[in-house]
Amino acid sequence: MNKKYNIWFLLFPFYLFSIVVIAFPLIYMVLLSFQTRADIWGVINEFTWKNYQDILQPTYLQTFVQSFKLALTSTFLISIIGYPFGYFMAKLSKKWKKRMLLLLMIPFWTSSLIRLYGWIIIFRTNGPLDQILMSLHLTKEPLRMLYTYPSVLIGMVYILLPFMILAVYSSAEKMDWSLIEAAKDLGATSFQAFCTITMKLTLPGFLSGIILTFIPSMGLFFVADLLGGNKIVLVGSIIQEQLLKVHNWPFAAALSVILMLLTTIMITLYKRISHSTELEGVL
Amino acid sequence: MKSLKKPSHWFLAIVTFILYIPIIVVVVYSFNASKLSSVWDGFSLTWYQTLFHDSEMFEALKNSLIVALSASINAAIISTLAAYGFTKIKLRSKSTMELISMLPIMIPEIILGIVFMTFFSLIGLPFGMTTLIIAHTTFCIPYIYMLVKARFVGMDSSLIDAAKDLGASESRAFFDITLPLLFPAIISGMLLSFAMSFDDVIISIFVTGININTLPMKIYTQIKTGVTPEINALCTLMLLITIVIMILAKRIHHHSNKKIKNI
Repeated sequence: MNKKYNIWFLLFPFYLFSIVVIAFPLIYMVLLSFQTRADIWGVINEFTWKNYQDILQPTYLQTFVQSFKLALTSTFLISIIGYPFGYFMAKLSKKWKKRMLLLLMIPFWTSSLIRLYGWIIIFRTNGPLDQILMSLHLTKEPLRMLYTYPSVLIGMVYILLPFMILAVYSSAEKMDWSLIEAAKDLGATSFQAFCTITMKLTLPGFLSGIILTFIPSMGLFFVADLLGGNKIVLVGSIIQEQLLKVHNWPFAAALSVILMLLTTIMITLYKRISHSTELEGVL
Repeated sequence: MKSLKKPSHWFLAIVTFILYIPIIVVVVYSFNASKLSSVWDGFSLTWYQTLFHDSEMFEALKNSLIVALSASINAAIISTLAAYGFTKIKLRSKSTMELISMLPIMIPEIILGIVFMTFFSLIGLPFGMTTLIIAHTTFCIPYIYMLVKARFVGMDSSLIDAAKDLGASESRAFFDITLPLLFPAIISGMLLSFAMSFDDVIISIFVTGININTLPMKIYTQIKTGVTPEINALCTLMLLITIVIMILAKRIHHHSNKKIKNI
């Protein structure tokens, strides 16, 4: 038996999956987004821009804007909590770093549904949050937090925060802290040293954290679904609805293509700025 | 924390505590005697009893276990063979293929869901366990592949050369030396994949068949419709499984690192 033949036997399943189950279906989805929806079921092989034009309809455009706003707000909140967290964590002693990582891993690995369900219990009318606030006489009546915008925002921040923390941590951890010492020796204040050195060196992790939180926060429809009721609609919610309920596949495909493009643009920008090919802190 | 002297330590402690609040709430309320999850009515194991008599839950658990186990085994075989194959041959297509295989963890899950759904219906594969397993295998591959590939980088190739010098065949060297050295990476990758697959709801919703539920899908629909505290009990059990898997993964990783150093 030929040696090269043997190696192809090893690589065959990997190539098969990459080409047949990932690359081809992705291309098919793009093609689908230009096809026409059949009257009752399925698609007709007719080229059209209609699906993309439909996205520009006020209702859908509004959803895109709303979704985008939620994603921006949650990414902002995640950044102001996650960045200092990752940074402070990298400054801990070796023993505490290990402990903190372990502590973070438990919520990270726990099903996001379970964690969201915890928030549902907390936010429910007359639930623990209301009871605590009322017993402290901070509020007189139940807040009715569940199914509001703030509860969706909290859920989103909560689910995605660990990604930012781990991304920032992994790049702050690799940082050479002696550079800070050197800057200080040369007369820089702590703040100056932070701005000129730390910020720059942790930028790849921070940007990777932004990608890992911004993109999913437009697609995680179950967060909006469970904590927001029907009130808050994300791009992900429309995709799901169009696919599973309305059965307008070409339109769902068009929405996904737009979301994909956004993802690609962000990752390309990330690579440009950070000169890195792999997202920091993915594993 | 032992030393909460600095404000930064307080910050870490408080945020970590908040991360745990919902988890603690779910666990505590699973022992609540009241049917209303907003009222605390004393300690009870009723919901665990109800859970163990719920045959639909067991069906969902069985499906979840089958899918997660098959997906992580498939992904482990595919990734290990590929990572091994790539060490033997220089291919131009390598980086492209690696990039494509990474896509499932880079693009939003929902897109992966629609991609799989339209693809399976295009080729006419009936939705059900098969489609679930194929979809889950695909997003498990990158996790195992990355870990196994990293392991190859740190591996001492002289061991394999020595084995071959002593007359071992290619496959003998692989099974006796390479595979045992890769084993910790494969196992921790499999545990990670298992956890990811066991938790997945978004992709599963799109590729499952009628009447086939996995555990997270069951939880999702239960939370959306009428909630019974049974869900709390189920969540607590799932949490326990997750923690056990995590500790196992940690142990294996730690143990193997020690072993490697001893060699």
